[in-house]
Amino acid sequence: MKIAVLSGKGGTGKTLVSVNLASVAKESIYIDCDVEEPNGHLFFKPTDIKSEKISIKIPFADEKLCKGCRKCVDFCKFNALAYIINKLIVFDEVCHSCGGCVIFCPEQALSEKEKIIGEVQRGVSENVAVITGILNTGEASGIPIIKKLLCGIPAGNEISLIDCPPGSACIVMESIKEADYCILVAEPTLFGVHNLNMVYELVRLFDKPYGAVLNKCLEGENPAENYCLEKDIKILGKISFDSELGTLNSNALISVRENKKYRDMFSSLLQIVTKEVQHEPVINP
Amino acid sequence: MNQLLILSGKGGTGKTTIASAFIMLSEANAYADCDVDAPNLHLIMNQSTEAKRSDYYGLPKAEINLDLCTQCDLCRQNCRFEAIRVDAGYKVDCYACEGCGVCEAVCPAGAVSLKPIIAGELMLYVNDTVFSTAELRMGSGTSGMLVTEVKKQMKSAANEAELAIIDGSPGIGCPVIASLSGVDLVLIVAEPSVSGISDMERIIKTAEKFQVKIAVCVNKYNTNLENTKNIVSFCQRLKLPFVGKIPFDPAAVKAINKGQSIVELDCAAGRAVKSVFEKTIRLLNRTCDINSIVTGNSNDYIIIKKRIK
Amino acid sequence: MKIAIPVDEKSLETSVGQSFGRTPYYLIYDTVSKESVFLDNSAVASQGGAGIKAAQTIVDNNVNALLTPRCGENAAEVLKAAHIKLYKTIKASIKDNIDALNEGKLSLLEDIHPGFHGHGGK
Repeated sequence: MKIAVLSGKGGTGKTLVSVNLASVAKESIYIDCDVEEPNGHLFFKPTDIKSEKISIKIPFADEKLCKGCRKCVDFCKFNALAYIINKLIVFDEVCHSCGGCVIFCPEQALSEKEKIIGEVQRGVSENVAVITGILNTGEASGIPIIKKLLCGIPAGNEISLIDCPPGSACIVMESIKEADYCILVAEPTLFGVHNLNMVYELVRLFDKPYGAVLNKCLEGENPAENYCLEKDIKILGKISFDSELGTLNSNALISVRENKKYRDMFSSLLQIVTKEVQHEPVINP
Repeated sequence: MNQLLILSGKGGTGKTTIASAFIMLSEANAYADCDVDAPNLHLIMNQSTEAKRSDYYGLPKAEINLDLCTQCDLCRQNCRFEAIRVDAGYKVDCYACEGCGVCEAVCPAGAVSLKPIIAGELMLYVNDTVFSTAELRMGSGTSGMLVTEVKKQMKSAANEAELAIIDGSPGIGCPVIASLSGVDLVLIVAEPSVSGISDMERIIKTAEKFQVKIAVCVNKYNTNLENTKNIVSFCQRLKLPFVGKIPFDPAAVKAINKGQSIVELDCAAGRAVKSVFEKTIRLLNRTCDINSIVTGNSNDYIIIKKRIK
Repeated sequence: MKIAIPVDEKSLETSVGQSFGRTPYYLIYDTVSKESVFLDNSAVASQGGAGIKAAQTIVDNNVNALLTPRCGENAAEVLKAAHIKLYKTIKASIKDNIDALNEGKLSLLEDIHPGFHGHGGK
């Protein structure tokens, strides 16, 4: 049971919800797909960490075989290659690793080497297997890391919480590809609702079943709630704006492990979510 | 044009809230929203005119002509991005496709071609100010390229403007890197939480890699005074200018929800942001003064001096 | 010697272009024969790696020196490999820049900015 937690706007509470839901389950897997700014591990403080470096393939030329025909330079859509005074220069950061130059070199002078762009760390925190993706600073795209994070997650009834990046672009899309269900976390602000709309469209585009969790709820009108009612989005639960919860979160403490009242709140939320997921027809057998 | 970019690393720290306040306080004639994945600045900076809209074409994507396709499977085998599926014929997943052209070149039947596709929309508002923004179609890649277009659009419409304020996006990847290009000063809005501090450190590392000057402020500082103190010491250790702190203020939240900037009413956050603004502008002018002196562009120096109120 | 300068229009009266990689044209000027040729910059439409492609064009035209206000690190790497000298333009006309170069008054461009992962351009 893979549950993705996304929001569109940053700071609405994706990590709060995914970390606490993972903690309150009997046994679960927490996957941090926000590889640019991973935060879940700060809460879990996992131990027994095993690290796997993630790399992409970058071409290089065997100068003895290269005849300088420049077929590779002309082919590359990303301008990652230049041929200067009998030498092929490859620009790593611009290369998209498509492998085209290697395939089309008439002399077969090109091979590929690995360039490390980040890592995946696997550890444990009590009942939760914590899997964190980390993109190295200066690298442009975390997609290869997200791909690695999500492959090998067992299909079946074990609960996995996928903590997604903010926004609605390709990295978010990659994060929800394998999800069985999507939780949209919304905050009751003008910006929050505006961005909720974007992820709402994204989950529908990908035909994913979804429901909303309204966070930081205050007294009075809630524009996020109104939006959900208007669009017929099931509201799975509401978390009140609570300074105690805020402080625990701010100090990277897992609320359900600190206070029974939060344990109860997230337990019932998890029950509601699992019931929802089980009711959905199986999409990917 | 002196460019001030507002970044944070972590989402939800208050970039747009602060950017809109700065725009009002500085009477900047040019501003842009580079958070193309989830743009919000237009919700505060209400415009008096309609936007000039243009389509944004991202990378061309592969398309398979099923009439010519012989189902040899060479395209799928050679695609590094898992962008070709077989589902009642060979189809390209346009979200995964990176436009590399391998499938087009490898296809023996000429059934694959790269076609330009619309990946978003650019909006330009020109009245007494220039506001450039865009929205990426959800699921699209190339957000970095769209950010570059947003900045280019702003620059060409407002090339006489002395100051441009740019609202950035969260994270440290492609769109953030694109927004850093040509910027004179980055203001990092930090949140005093463990997550916020971790994310702040990563965005600082990223900005430093691109040799852009950095200043730091703390938003919602009263939610965690201990962590605020930690951020201030961190800045002192790294010799980064700390330009002030802004409290979490329910009156400010109300204003933003009404589509108003926090400096349009009298509130604690609004007063604090004024002080952060003044310190930031002074720093920006000093940074630009130094650059002007180095390049010998004395005319710029005089214009910038006039800006200091 | 042959020099290249990024320019906004195909005219000797125009101003020096602000970007090396994404300028619309290059002026290729021969200081001996005093001939000038304008080249289209095919890199301007590139999604990424514009500096690299532009630099390759300059190299392929047997240029000895490039006069530009700015240059990114990828383009600089290509130009360096080709032994092309980089000079920093002054805020003046094309003619003034060429005169300054001839009089030895132009300084070498040392402030190379980092690559922007294909999304650069001020």
